[in-house]
Amino acid sequence: MSDNLKVTVDGIEVEVEAGTTIMQACEKAGAEIPRFCYHERLSVAGNCRMCLVEVENAPKPVASCAMPVAPDMVVSTTSDTVKTAREGVMEFLLINHPLDCPICDQGGECDLQDQALGFGGDASRFEDNKRAVENKNMGPLVKTIMTRCIHCTRCVRFAQEVSGVPEIGAIGRGEDMEITTYLEASLDSEMSGNVIDLCPVGALTSRPYAFTARPWELRKTETIDVMDALGSNIRVDMRGREAMRIMPRNHDDVNEEWLSDKSRFVWDGLNKQRLDRAFIRRDGKLVPASWDEAFDLVESKLNGKGNKTAAIAGDLVCAEGQFALKGLMDALESPHVDCRQDGAKISGPRGNYLFNASIAGIEEAGALLLIGSNPRLEAPVLNARIRKRYLAGDFPIAAIGEATNLTYETEFIGAGADTLADLLAGKQSFADTLKSAANPMIIVGQGALTRDDGAAVLASAIELAEKTGASFNMLHTAAARVAGLDLGLLPGDGGFDVAAMQEAAHSGALENIILYGADEIAGASLGNAFVVYIGSHGDRGAHRADVILPSAAYTEKQATYVNTEGRAQMTEQAATPPGEAREDWKIFRALSARLDITLPYDNLNALRAAMYESAPHLARLDEIVVADAPQTPSHDGLGTDAFTYAVSDFYFTNPIARASTIMADCAKAKGARIGAEGTGTDG
Amino acid sequence: MLRDEDRIFQNIYGFEGAGLTSAKGRGDWDNTAELIKKGRDWVIEEVKASGLRGRGGAGFPTGLKWSFMPKESDGRPHYLVVNADESEPGTCKDRDIMRHEPHKLLEGCLLAGFAMGAHACYIYVRGEFIREREALQRAVDEAYEAGLLGKNAAGSGWDYDIYVHHGAGAYICGEETALIESLEGKKGQPRLKPPFPANMGLYGCPTTVNNVESIAVAPTICRRGGSWFAGLGREGNTGTKLFCISGHVNNPCNVEEEMGIPLKELLEKHAGGVRGGWDNLLAVIPGGSSVPLLPKEICDTVLMDFDSLKDVQSGLGTAAVIVMDKSTDIIKAIARISHFYKHESCGQCTPCREGTGWMWRVLERMAAGRAQAKEIDMLLQVTKQIEGHTICALGDAAAWPVQGLIRHFRPVIEERLANGPMQEAAE
Repeated sequence: MSDNLKVTVDGIEVEVEAGTTIMQACEKAGAEIPRFCYHERLSVAGNCRMCLVEVENAPKPVASCAMPVAPDMVVSTTSDTVKTAREGVMEFLLINHPLDCPICDQGGECDLQDQALGFGGDASRFEDNKRAVENKNMGPLVKTIMTRCIHCTRCVRFAQEVSGVPEIGAIGRGEDMEITTYLEASLDSEMSGNVIDLCPVGALTSRPYAFTARPWELRKTETIDVMDALGSNIRVDMRGREAMRIMPRNHDDVNEEWLSDKSRFVWDGLNKQRLDRAFIRRDGKLVPASWDEAFDLVESKLNGKGNKTAAIAGDLVCAEGQFALKGLMDALESPHVDCRQDGAKISGPRGNYLFNASIAGIEEAGALLLIGSNPRLEAPVLNARIRKRYLAGDFPIAAIGEATNLTYETEFIGAGADTLADLLAGKQSFADTLKSAANPMIIVGQGALTRDDGAAVLASAIELAEKTGASFNMLHTAAARVAGLDLGLLPGDGGFDVAAMQEAAHSGALENIILYGADEIAGASLGNAFVVYIGSHGDRGAHRADVILPSAAYTEKQATYVNTEGRAQMTEQAATPPGEAREDWKIFRALSARLDITLPYDNLNALRAAMYESAPHLARLDEIVVADAPQTPSHDGLGTDAFTYAVSDFYFTNPIARASTIMADCAKAKGARIGAEGTGTDG
Repeated sequence: MLRDEDRIFQNIYGFEGAGLTSAKGRGDWDNTAELIKKGRDWVIEEVKASGLRGRGGAGFPTGLKWSFMPKESDGRPHYLVVNADESEPGTCKDRDIMRHEPHKLLEGCLLAGFAMGAHACYIYVRGEFIREREALQRAVDEAYEAGLLGKNAAGSGWDYDIYVHHGAGAYICGEETALIESLEGKKGQPRLKPPFPANMGLYGCPTTVNNVESIAVAPTICRRGGSWFAGLGREGNTGTKLFCISGHVNNPCNVEEEMGIPLKELLEKHAGGVRGGWDNLLAVIPGGSSVPLLPKEICDTVLMDFDSLKDVQSGLGTAAVIVMDKSTDIIKAIARISHFYKHESCGQCTPCREGTGWMWRVLERMAAGRAQAKEIDMLLQVTKQIEGHTICALGDAAAWPVQGLIRHFRPVIEERLANGPMQEAAE
């Protein structure tokens, strides 16, 4: 390329694009540049002064993170000037930093520790008293020890730029500058936990994880999150078989390096309310049972009653389990299968239910229409991506639904389906905005599809997308959903959907219902049906169950999940399932053998081979396979009711979250916050 | 000594009125339209030819600075911002310009703004300057009423608006990019450069920030010609300058003098000499609290201009001459200055945030004799670790006075420490 520049770093010549920073050029040349304030996903602050390098003919050392390269620049990162500058800055950082590493949770993964060792001097020359700073209350997730703060302002920039909740700031000047939340309250953000990762020292640490483990004693497993349909890449840190914490992993196309608070802090839910053995209901009470006893009971109820048996797959279950369940139901010759426990009216080709533009594609979009979706609660990290696009400018956003703060400027053009009809009829000007924009997007939320006229909403949204040239995107809330739809866990010919199953359970048309991790269905709505619950947590489904077969949670199996954009990803097993619990597919395989309809696979590889045959794109891990174009499904007329959003209780959307006391604390803090806002006098 | 007819600020002492009528009597607003009709380039060339260097402290050539502004607008407006956040300890020249010669400043704003294609000008007045702001606002109102500002300002065909903005009293907001941040309503913290304000300044638009005095002398330069101004002083250090003389002199004052006047002559002619006679002089800080002090030996001969003072490892700065006689506790004095910088550091950059407090604490102990002799070298090293390692020059400004102290008064410190409690304890 013609606009490439030649730069010499420590004698090594590299070619970089015009506009790159000296730091990037140095990295390209293999020179390590220490830094604290610089973070590649945040704006450049240039305030820590740790990344100073020497540039030939420059009068003083230059902050490499902020300075763009110039043609034929000669940079030194090893000269005496640079060494002295680094040692100087390091000394300044340390004079007021407490020497409490032995009791600091950041110990072992602290940038300050590492860089002090690598670039600092040897002894302290500061003889006066160190500064002490009062700790700030940042809610149940973020613990603060502000004396340790080195004022890099990463947390401030994150709150302002990424989370869009400018509630962290610096007050005071000079050495009295303090990072604070102003009102001493938890951040009103679903992504606040990320400041813990961003903080290069131990000033902001994880409150729930405080003093529980040291990083070097943890076993780290790289896996996939299931708290929303984004498929965020995570790392689960275990000690023994106990999950100690969850951290994000970088994936540029999915979660960048962010993680929502629910995904990050749900780990204590993995250790609570666990189903670690089989139960059967005797005299109205659930009593522990062996697998044999439980299977005996199930066998007695299901034998010969295949077409009176229905199955519902829940929100957190894996593709392998759903495939085995589907196989079981096929063998039972029951068409009554559904993976849409919320009743969303989704049908049609794959393009009808994917986030077709892809998550990263949001950054290319020119205009956005949200239909019945509150991405801030349904997928906070995706919402951050929309905000990122919004901050880049020139990005009109409109939404149909109840007005709410999405962290970016949103024009709420209507509350319900009638606005959608107006858009289609050309009576709403935002249709023109979409039409004239490059890469316009329409995002449909589950809240718009779970209503009676859900099919009509889906059809109208697809039609509107066609009319305006916008991409059609569905934002799911359940991690299991896309895989379920891909594998055809939908009512077959004459089969009942979830609503019909409930009616049939009351009328007696159905006698048995298998709930596979389905916990969002009210127990009473299943009538007198015999309910088999297969899942990991003692939640609503288990409470209603007549037989409980304990299975593995998402961290306890190697399993496939497909995210909302159709990206198949595989989890890794961080722990074994507790007690007698078994991996999901094994339960269905064993049950099928009991029912004399043995499923044709004996191990995971054989199951996957069969699964890939039925849905080949599941084999292409971490790829987005282009889906068939959306097609308007058959439907009745649009209603006029206002849309409600799929997620209202952000912290309680699934059984694992409901088992987590951290999530409960978050909800309480949020409630207190709302209460405080209500009076306006007690702040 | 400057001849009276070469004096630009005829009313700096306020003996005449500051109003438009008396200003006009002194030649302000005299056919301004004629100057503007000569064109943008002519104005810039005259200022360049005058050799005027920025009067805010750094001494950057003003005409050159103006020429950095884009010649053609790319659709963004251009702004002139006048830095009236005069906070450097010892300095009080802009204050008197605003009080007694505001129309020189306003006319200068129009000329400078025109020269850089700006239609709007913001004057950022220091927070503590209440009366000065009122005086300036009065003058602005007068000028609008007389048609000298606003649409077709002064009949020149150029639309020009001036807004007086009142700061909140932070020294750091005198730094040009911090001033821009503050004007935008943000916390006053200096910005990283590049991008420079001439490219991305106020509200992301091309902006030039100039000191009050630099702008206020521009009309006279245009009227009398750049060569007249260049004929005063010596090459590279031309023109006249307002000196603010304070401290241990018999008659502290503001005075306009020719650049390059010997310091001794300046003090004796205009300030009534050092209290107790020249031999009673201990040291002089020649350019506001941020420049290194000069001991008497240097003061005997040094000339007051940018380059002469640079040659003796100090600087002209804002030309605020702070005189200290032999009654001064020089360590205590510098410690007080150090406290000022500790207090005014914005807290953004590590070296300045942490280093200013460190220096102040060590100096306070030294002033009380409670330090060890080895700490003198350590202190000097700390100043070097701050200097040149920060975003803005406040770090440098905090380091230089301490360096000056150690450079010229090391024996004084050593003596104090030798008699101090730490030494006794060591023995």
